[in-house]
Amino acid sequence: MTALATKARAETIADGDDLVVTLGGDWRITAPLPSWRRVRGDRSPRSVRLRAEGLDRWDSSLVRFVYEVQVWCREAKAACDTTSLPETARRLVLQLEQAQEKRVPADHSRNFLSTVGLAAIDTRRQVREFASFVGECTLSAFGLVKRPGRFRWRDCFSEMQQCGAMAVPIVGLSSFLVGLTLAYTGAIILRQFGGDIWVADIVGLSTLREMGAVMTGVVLAGRTGAAFAAQLGNMKANEEIDALETLGIAPVDFLVLPRLLALTLMTPLLAMYANCMGILGGMVVSATVLDIPPNAYWVETQSNIDLADVSVSLIKSLIFGMLIAVAGCLRGLQAERSAAGVGRAATSAVVTSILLLIVADAVFAVLFNVLGI
Amino acid sequence: MIGSTDTAATSRAPGAASPAIGVDDLECRYGDTVVLSKVSFAVKEGELFFVIGGSGCGKSTLLRHLIGLKKPAQGTVRYFGENFTNEDLAARRNLLKTFGVLYQNAALWSSMTLRENVALPLELYTTLNRRERDEIVTLKLAQVGLAGYEEFYPSELSGGMRKRAGLARALSLDPRIVFFDEPSAGLDPVTSRKLDELVLQIRETLGTTMVIVSHELASIFALADRVIMLDHEARGIIAEGRPRDLADRSDDPRVREFLTRGEEKA
Repeated sequence: MTALATKARAETIADGDDLVVTLGGDWRITAPLPSWRRVRGDRSPRSVRLRAEGLDRWDSSLVRFVYEVQVWCREAKAACDTTSLPETARRLVLQLEQAQEKRVPADHSRNFLSTVGLAAIDTRRQVREFASFVGECTLSAFGLVKRPGRFRWRDCFSEMQQCGAMAVPIVGLSSFLVGLTLAYTGAIILRQFGGDIWVADIVGLSTLREMGAVMTGVVLAGRTGAAFAAQLGNMKANEEIDALETLGIAPVDFLVLPRLLALTLMTPLLAMYANCMGILGGMVVSATVLDIPPNAYWVETQSNIDLADVSVSLIKSLIFGMLIAVAGCLRGLQAERSAAGVGRAATSAVVTSILLLIVADAVFAVLFNVLGI
Repeated sequence: MIGSTDTAATSRAPGAASPAIGVDDLECRYGDTVVLSKVSFAVKEGELFFVIGGSGCGKSTLLRHLIGLKKPAQGTVRYFGENFTNEDLAARRNLLKTFGVLYQNAALWSSMTLRENVALPLELYTTLNRRERDEIVTLKLAQVGLAGYEEFYPSELSGGMRKRAGLARALSLDPRIVFFDEPSAGLDPVTSRKLDELVLQIRETLGTTMVIVSHELASIFALADRVIMLDHEARGIIAEGRPRDLADRSDDPRVREFLTRGEEKA
C-alpha cells in the first residue's frame, strides 16, 4: 500500500514578487510533510499562487497546508490564488476557514472569589445531600423493621460474604503488622526502664481502643466503600437505577439498605478479629525479640483491658461500618453517567469514608473521655 | 484517504490492484463455539459495503475480527493486499492507520473534550504541532457538522452528536477505510437519515471505503453499493449483491424476508 507512495512536495518558483508553489506527491497526514515556513523561507512575496502538479493522493494535511498559506497571505496582505487546486480541496479549505471563525476560545478560568463561593455552595449542597440520604436510609431501615419479609436478605447475605468473609485476609494481615509495629515501637522506650512486659499493655490497649477499629475501617473504606460506589455508579450509568425507580422501587430500599446492613454488621466482627490479630502481632514480637513468654504476655494483656475497651472497639467499628456504607452508596448514586464519573465516584467514596472515619474517631475520643469510659 | 486529483472514488491508488479489504476463508470462534466459518469476500476501494443480517448472526463478531479486536481461528484479513491477521504488532500498528472505526455507542473517551478525542490519534501518529493538530480537529468536526463544539465533553452532547463526533475521531487520520458498527442504533429516523447523508457526503468528498454493519433497512437501501448477508444457522454468508436485486430476485427466502421485513406476499 505504501510501497509506491511518493513524498509530499511543495516546490517554489519565485517570479519577481510572485511566488508559485507547486504541490505534488502523496500528501498523507501520517507521513513527513512540507512546512509553509520552510517553503517560504525568508521571502515575502506580494502574491502566492498554489498549483497542483503530479499531485497523487492527498488528505487533510494538504487542506491544512493550503489554509496556512491563506492565513499567512491574509496577514502579510499578499494575494493568494488557489484556483488551480482540486475543487474538493478548495471546498474543504473553505469549510476549515468557516469553522475556524466559529471556534470559541475555551476559558475555564475563574477568579478567586467565585472559586471560593462556588466551593462553599458545593459544600453546602453536599452536606444537605448527605443528610437527606442518611434520612432516606433511616426511613428505609424503619421499613425493614416493619416489614422484614420484603427485605432482600439474599443480597444482604451475599454482600456480607463480599465485605466480611472476603476481607478477612487483608484485615488480618494489616492488623497483625500494626500490632507488630506497635510492639517494636513500645519496646524502644520500655526496655530502657526494664519494663518490657508493659509492651503487652500498650499493644492491647491501643489495638482495642484505637487501631483495630481504625485499621478495619481504613481497609474497608478502600475495599468495600470504593466497590459500593463503583457498583452503584455503573448501575446508574446503565440506567439500572432508573429502571428500579420506574418500577416504583426505591433504590435505597433495594440497593443501599442490604449493603448498609451487611457492612454495619460485618465491620464489628472484622474489628474484633483485627484486635486479636493485633495482639497476636505484639505477642510474636514479645516472644521473639523481648523474650517474654506468650502466656505471660497474655496474662498481662488480660490484666489491663476490660469489657469497656472491647465495647469501645465494637461501638466505634459499628459506626465506622455505617459511615463507609453510606458514603460508598451515596457517591455511587451521585455518580455521573460515564466511565470517568464512575471512577470519580469510587475515589470520592474512599476519600469521604476516610474523612468521616477520622472525624468520627475524634468525636469518640472526646465523648469517651467525657463519659470516663 | 481523502481524495486525489482524479475523482475520489475512482482514484488511481498505488494498491489499486488489490481490494481495499480481502477476507479469505475466515473462521470466527468464541471458545469452542463456531460463530462464522468459511467467510470470504472482498471490498473494492471507495465502495459502500454493508454487512447485514438478523440479530445474533455474527455481524459484530465479523467486524471485531476485521478490525483486529479478535483473532480469527482461521483465515486471513488483508488491507490493500497486506496481511493484517498474522502480522507482528509493528506491521499491524502500521495497518491500523488504514482504517477508522465508529463504534455503536461512539465510544468517545468521556474524560476528554471532543478536541482531545479527535486529536489523540493525531498526537500518536503524526508529527503535527499543537496548532496544526487543532486546525485538523476543527476541520474534522466541521466535516461532521460539529464546528464550534471542540471544548464540549461527550456527556454534554445528544446521541446523534456523539455519533458524529465519533465519526470525526474515526476520520482524524484520514483513513482509507471506515468501519461503522450499527450507526443508526439508538437514533431517531431523522437523525439516522442525516447520518446516512453524512456518510454519503464523506464518501463523495474523501473517497473513503465504508463498511457498515447494520440491519437498518432504510439505510441499507439508501446507501449500499453491495451487501453481504450473514445467517446464524448457516454460520456464514448466505447472499451477496446489490440490496435491491437481492430483495427482488434472491432465490433464498431468508434473504427476501429480511430485506422486505417479512412483508413479501407468499
